Amino acid sequence: MLEIKNLHTKIAGTGMEILRGLNLTIQNTEIAAVMGPNGSGKSTLSHVIAGRKGYEITAGDILYNGQSILAMDAAERAALGIFLAFQYPMEISGIATMEFLKVAINLQRRARGKSELQVPEFIRRVKEAVEKLEMDMSMLRRPLNVGFSGGEKKRTEILQMMMLEPHCCILDETDSGLDIDALKIVADGINTLRTVDCSFLVITHYQRLLDYIIPDTVHVLYKGKIIKSGDRSLAFYLENNGYSDIISKAV
Amino acid sequence: MPVAPETIRQVREIDVDQYRYGFETKIETEKAPKGLSEDIVRYISRFKEEPEWMLQWRLKAYRRWLNMNEPRWARLRYPKISFQDYYYYAAPKNKDQKGPKSLAEVDSVLLETYEKLGIPLREQEILAGVHQQNEQGRVAVDAVFDSVSIITTFKEELARSNVIFCSISEAIREHPGLVKEYIGSVVPMTDNFYSTLNSAVFTDGSFVYIPKGVRCPMELSTYFRINERNTGQFERTLIIADEGAYVSYLEGCTAPQRDENQLHAAVVELVALKNAEIKYSTVQNWYPGDKEGKGGIYNFVTKRGDCRGENSRISWTQVETGSAITWKYPSCLLRGDYSCGEFYSIAVSNGYQQIDSGTKMIHLGKKTSSRIISKGISSGFSSNTYRGQVTVHRNAANARNFTRCDSLLIGHDCGAHTIPYVEAKNCTAQLEHEATTSRISEDQLFYVMQRGLPEEEAIALIVNGFVKEVIQKLPMEFAVEAQKLIGISLEGSIG
Repeated sequence: MLEIKNLHTKIAGTGMEILRGLNLTIQNTEIAAVMGPNGSGKSTLSHVIAGRKGYEITAGDILYNGQSILAMDAAERAALGIFLAFQYPMEISGIATMEFLKVAINLQRRARGKSELQVPEFIRRVKEAVEKLEMDMSMLRRPLNVGFSGGEKKRTEILQMMMLEPHCCILDETDSGLDIDALKIVADGINTLRTVDCSFLVITHYQRLLDYIIPDTVHVLYKGKIIKSGDRSLAFYLENNGYSDIISKAV
Repeated sequence: MPVAPETIRQVREIDVDQYRYGFETKIETEKAPKGLSEDIVRYISRFKEEPEWMLQWRLKAYRRWLNMNEPRWARLRYPKISFQDYYYYAAPKNKDQKGPKSLAEVDSVLLETYEKLGIPLREQEILAGVHQQNEQGRVAVDAVFDSVSIITTFKEELARSNVIFCSISEAIREHPGLVKEYIGSVVPMTDNFYSTLNSAVFTDGSFVYIPKGVRCPMELSTYFRINERNTGQFERTLIIADEGAYVSYLEGCTAPQRDENQLHAAVVELVALKNAEIKYSTVQNWYPGDKEGKGGIYNFVTKRGDCRGENSRISWTQVETGSAITWKYPSCLLRGDYSCGEFYSIAVSNGYQQIDSGTKMIHLGKKTSSRIISKGISSGFSSNTYRGQVTVHRNAANARNFTRCDSLLIGHDCGAHTIPYVEAKNCTAQLEHEATTSRISEDQLFYVMQRGLPEEEAIALIVNGFVKEVIQKLPMEFAVEAQKLIGISLEGSIG
């Protein structure tokens, strides 16, 4: 369970406050969608949960299964099972995607007290995920994300998510830059994780992703705060009416 | 294959002091009086029982050096070097200057030193697999301690292929014809300030001759160690690959930690005749000075290869992680038609290290080609400059060059500079130059850490990815060592 309590966050070195008393709880196996206009703090929220440096937490807490994770760095949070699918995945030259996957998986398994994956088992799992995402194995020989198209990068994010056995996934605008076919494939990949013990925080601008990943709850983020929460129907409402009347009611 | 976990383990084992070769060997030494004069030049020559022509050569260089000025064009800042404050000759005592005939005669303290450094000198152990080297992985070593070569291994076996591998002092005595013909023929006696100084006072170094058509049966290597306080090391290496010959040569260097700056001014000359190939790899790990920039080696090196014959090939691969000051431009003279020169370099600077390094590719022959790949990594308060020159002369029709210089910055207080000179006097030349400068960004680091890699492993992974292209050019055992070294050199560079 992920609990964000009265979270206030500034960009370090500036006085700029991005999150201003954000409250959000996501139960195990829950799928929560966070929507909101540009500049409302969606990406900051994902970064702060995953432990990116460069933010200053001025008040509040983030609890993961009852334990505060604020003092942990990104790698330690990853080992707990927190995974962030990036809006803009980074290019890392000189290391093959496959190799990177192997290093990451085994480091996380070690951190979780599990034994390293044997190569045949590793290959079997990669193949399975690659087929599911309709990717080409040969792509995994290329350096991580280097020269990948926008769609390839997003698929590679989901591939990593499927391989790393996370328990809490944050999807930061995973649908942006994907065509409808790719979106379906990516959503299918995400849905395979729903069967296991895994919760999701889906950040998106568009309702259409939620046609494929059906959320349990929908939250509206505005100026660093959740101003309205509801069920799936809230997403439909936003699709038709935009944010303005919800914002005017909240302010 | 990222070496990350191993690199990190290695880094952790070294807690406070990250330079693990900093120990001193306690051994009695024989030193020339401090300072530099004609008498010292004569002393060195006499001590080495050199023929008269060698002494005259040295004296000529010395007299010329007196009228030369220290070059100041490099992006390097250091106090004026007082050349009279150094010792120009230091050797372990009670040592027959002709060198021990076998390992049994080598002082056990010295053997221990090299063992500690991980350099196997005992052939029988290597053969018995103690060092887990297979038949292909065997390396013949010339070990140079301060001013003298203490032992050269596998000499007999090499002699069966008619390969000559010995110290330069021995070569001057035993193979004067070859030495006389080639010494100073690539780097002229008075080429530059430091090489001229070297010509006057060089003390030892390696000599290699690979006869016609011979593929050298094993890797050859020299391991340089400066031990003595306030001592300059001036070694001279001469490698000749006769027609159709091939040799791969490795060079490694370390020094103890000292507060004073030690001086190292080497000259390396390579000659490749028709269809010959020389591969020269360096892993330079001289003591870089402490965290405040105190101490460390001043490394002023002249390295040049001459592709004298048609279709010859010389390639320089270097991994530079040490030294307080590095001034070094391994170059290729592409004289023979169809000859080819290559330069692959990784230069890592941390703390207050300053590097001004690069290469020169001088195209003289027709259809000559060259390739330059330079990777600079700067962190801490260091300064890292690539300086390169590609010149295509009038008669070098259809010459080609490809240059790629990439710089990676870690942190906010370091600097990277790229100074390429390109000159074409023949309109058929095809020259390409690519350069990038990047920083390990917070975003990249966050991305890799988010996948579960702790910070130091994440940096090692990104850096190893950055230098991979060059690492692949190193001989196997060296490649692993080099990757570890880069990880260690960058310890504590973020945070």
